[in-house]
Amino acid sequence: MDYRFSPEEEAFRQEFISWLDDNLPEGWDPSRYQNYPRDDELAAAYRAFQKRLFDAGYAGMHYPKEYGGQGRGLVHEVIVMQTLANQCLELRIPGVITFGMAAPTILYCGNEEQKSTYIPRILDGTHIWCQGFSEPNAGSDVVNVSTRAVRDGDHYIVNGQKVWTSYAHLADYCILLVRTDPDAKKHRGLSYLLLDMKLPGVEIRPIKQITGDADFNEVYMEDVRVPVSMRVGEEGDGWRIAITTLMFERVLGDATMAAAYERNIERMTQMASRVRRGGKPVIENPVFRQQLAQAYVEVMVLKYHGLRNLSHQLQGGIPGPEGSIGKLLWSEPNQRITEAALAMQGPGGQVMRGSPWSIQDGFWQYAFLRAKGNTIEAGTSEIQRNIIGERVLGLPKDSSRAARQ
Amino acid sequence: MDIKLNDDQLEISRQARRFFENETPMEYVRAMFEDEKGFTDEIWGKMAELGWTAMCIPEAYDGLGLELLDLAVVLEEMGRAVVPGPFFSTVMLGGGGLAEAGSDAQKKEFLPRLAAGEIRGTLALHEPDAGGDLDYVRMEAKAEGGGFVLEGTKVFVPDAHVSDFLVVPALAKDGLTLFLVESGASGLAVSPLPTMDGTRKLCVVEFGGVEVGRDAVLAAPGQGNAPLDRALRRAQVGLCAECVGGAQKAMEVATEYAQVRIQFDQPIGAFQAIKHRCAQMYVEVESARSILYWAAWAQDHAEEEAAMAASVAKAYCSEMFTRTAASAIQVLGGTGFSWEHDIHFYLKRAKANEAALGDPVYHRERIAGLLAG
Repeated sequence: MDYRFSPEEEAFRQEFISWLDDNLPEGWDPSRYQNYPRDDELAAAYRAFQKRLFDAGYAGMHYPKEYGGQGRGLVHEVIVMQTLANQCLELRIPGVITFGMAAPTILYCGNEEQKSTYIPRILDGTHIWCQGFSEPNAGSDVVNVSTRAVRDGDHYIVNGQKVWTSYAHLADYCILLVRTDPDAKKHRGLSYLLLDMKLPGVEIRPIKQITGDADFNEVYMEDVRVPVSMRVGEEGDGWRIAITTLMFERVLGDATMAAAYERNIERMTQMASRVRRGGKPVIENPVFRQQLAQAYVEVMVLKYHGLRNLSHQLQGGIPGPEGSIGKLLWSEPNQRITEAALAMQGPGGQVMRGSPWSIQDGFWQYAFLRAKGNTIEAGTSEIQRNIIGERVLGLPKDSSRAARQ
Repeated sequence: MDIKLNDDQLEISRQARRFFENETPMEYVRAMFEDEKGFTDEIWGKMAELGWTAMCIPEAYDGLGLELLDLAVVLEEMGRAVVPGPFFSTVMLGGGGLAEAGSDAQKKEFLPRLAAGEIRGTLALHEPDAGGDLDYVRMEAKAEGGGFVLEGTKVFVPDAHVSDFLVVPALAKDGLTLFLVESGASGLAVSPLPTMDGTRKLCVVEFGGVEVGRDAVLAAPGQGNAPLDRALRRAQVGLCAECVGGAQKAMEVATEYAQVRIQFDQPIGAFQAIKHRCAQMYVEVESARSILYWAAWAQDHAEEEAAMAASVAKAYCSEMFTRTAASAIQVLGGTGFSWEHDIHFYLKRAKANEAALGDPVYHRERIAGLLAG
C-alpha cells in the first residue's frame, strides 16, 4: 500500500503549482470567494482561464491527445483539479457540469464526430455545457422525464420543460434527456441528445436561489429542431448512458471537494483564532475545538475514501454504485461544517458580506446557504441511500416502486 | 499510489477469517464472556502457532518484522468475530510498549518469548482521575537505592490478570518514565472489574510500594513520552481495525435480517426507514476502512502525519462502530435486544473500544491542538 504520488507525479504537481502561481488572473486572492459578482464576468473569466490551462497543456490531462487532451493518467487530472480547487475553485464553477458530466458522456459514449467536435471546444474553454435532466415532474424520479422528442426526418422536434438547470444562462450546449418512445417502459423510452442552446425555440428563465444568486434556470423548449446526429448512443439508450457515464468522473469530483474542504478547514481555523466569545478567541473554547476537529475528521474521511476509490479505478476497477458514498461524504459534512462555522461566530454569524462586521467577508454565510443545495443536487441523499441499499446491499425495492417496473 | 491490500494481506485475512469461524465461534465467545480468565490456553497456543503474536516484532527478536497494516488485517477479523482474550493487550500494548521503549537487552529478554506466545504483557496507563485523557499520569516513581518505588493505582488495565508483565508509565523527578514490572512483583495487587464487555477484561492494578531495579526502566526519566506515544498510536490504529471488522459484521447481520424479516407484507429492508439505516452503516463502515488503511500505513511510512492519522482514525472508527452496532440492534427489533442474539456483544465491544486508548473527545482535542495549537 502506498498513499504517495510517484516521484514523476509529485514533480508534475510541483510544476503545476508554480505554473498556477504565475497564471492566476491579475490580483487573484485565493482566500476570497465570489470575486465575480456578475455571472457573465465569471463565465468570461472561466473561459479565459480554461484557455490558459489548455494552451499550457494542463487541460484534460487524462483525455486522449486526438481530442485536445494530454493523454496522461487520471492521477495527473486529480493533481490539476486538487490544485485548482485549493487556489481558485471559483474559476472552475461554470465548468462543473461541462467537465463532470458533458465531457465524459461525449468521450465514453459519443461517436467520432461528436468527440472531435465538442471535446476540444470543452477543453479550450470555448463551450460551457449545462444539464437538462430534471423536470417539474421528474426530480428524484428522473425516469419520469416527459420532454418529448419526435422524429421528423433528420431531426427531432423537442417540446417540454427542464428545471433547476445550472448555468443554462451561460451555456452554449445542453446534455438533454428526452422521451423518444412514450410506449416503452419508463426508462427504456429515453434518449440522450446534445442541444445547441442557441436554437430557435429554446427559452431560459432564471430562478433565484436561497443564496440570492440565480445560477440555475428553467429551460423551455418549443418545437426545437435538433439534428438526429446530435443523439448520443442509440434511441432508447438514454437512461443507461445517463447513469453509467457519471460514475467514471465521480472520483474527480470527490477529489476536488476534498481539496476545497481542506482549504476551508484552514479558513475555519483562522476564523476561530480571530473571532472572540466572552473576550477570548473561540479556538480556546473546548466545544468549538471539538467541532473544528470533527470537521477535519469528516474532511479526512472524504479525502482518504476518495483516494481509495481513485486507486481502485487506476488499477482498472470499474466504478460502481458504491460511488454513491462519495456524494454523501461531501454533501452532508459540508452542511455540518458550515453550521459549525456559523455557531463559532455566535450572533456575528448573521452578518452577510459587505459590512465591516462581516467575518471573513461573509464566506461562511454564503457557504452555509449554498451547502443546503448539496444534499439535493446531483441526486439527493435519499436517492444515494436507495442506490446503496438496493444496488450494493441488495435490499429489495419497496412494493410501489417494484410494481412500476 | 496503490491503496489496496496486497495478495499476502488478503491471504492473511482469509486465513484469519477461517480460523475464527472454526475455532472461536460465538459459543466460545459466550463462554469466555462469563469466564474469569477470558480465554483458553488451547486457542492462545493456536494463535501463536499461526505467528500472529510475532507479526510486528522485529526479526532481530524472533518476530516476523511485518507492518502494522499486516497485523491490522488480523485484528479486523478478530473484531469481526469479537474474539475474547489478551491478544490485543499483549501484542499492541505490552509488546508495543516494550518494542518502542526497551533497550536491546530488555527486548532480547522479553520479545522472543512474547513472539512465541510464551508470555503476555499489557500497559498500565490510566489513572483514576484521568478520565479519557491519556496524558494524565501522576503516579509517582520515587528514586530509592539503585532503583525506584512505585506507589499508586492504575485502572482499566486490560488483561492484567493474565499478564506476565506490565509496562507502567509513572512520574519520576525528571519526568515521565516507563517501567517494566513483572506480575510477581511484591506489593502488586490485581483485581478484575465487572465491565460491560466481558470479552475484554479490565483490571485495577494497585502498586503498594512496588520496588523495581534500574534494569526495569524501559524509558529513562523524562524520556517516556515519545515511545509511549508511538506505542499508543499504533495500538489506537489496531483498535480501529477491530472496530471496522466488528462494524462490518454488525452491518451484515442487520442487512441479512432486513432481507428476510417480513412485516406489512414485505421485507423490512424494502422500507426506506430501514434501507437508509443499512445504507448509512455501509457508508460509515467503508469510510472507516479507508481511514484505517491510511492511518495504519502512516504509522510505518509517514511519520509527519502519523499522530494526526491515529487520532482521526480513533475518533472516527470507534464512534462509527458504536453507531453501527446500535443501528443494527434497531433493525433487529426485539430480537436485537435479547441476550440470545449475538449482536449485543458487538455493541459492548464498541463501547469498550470507544473508551479505550483515548476516547473520541480526547482525540478530537488532540486534532484541534495539531490544527490550531
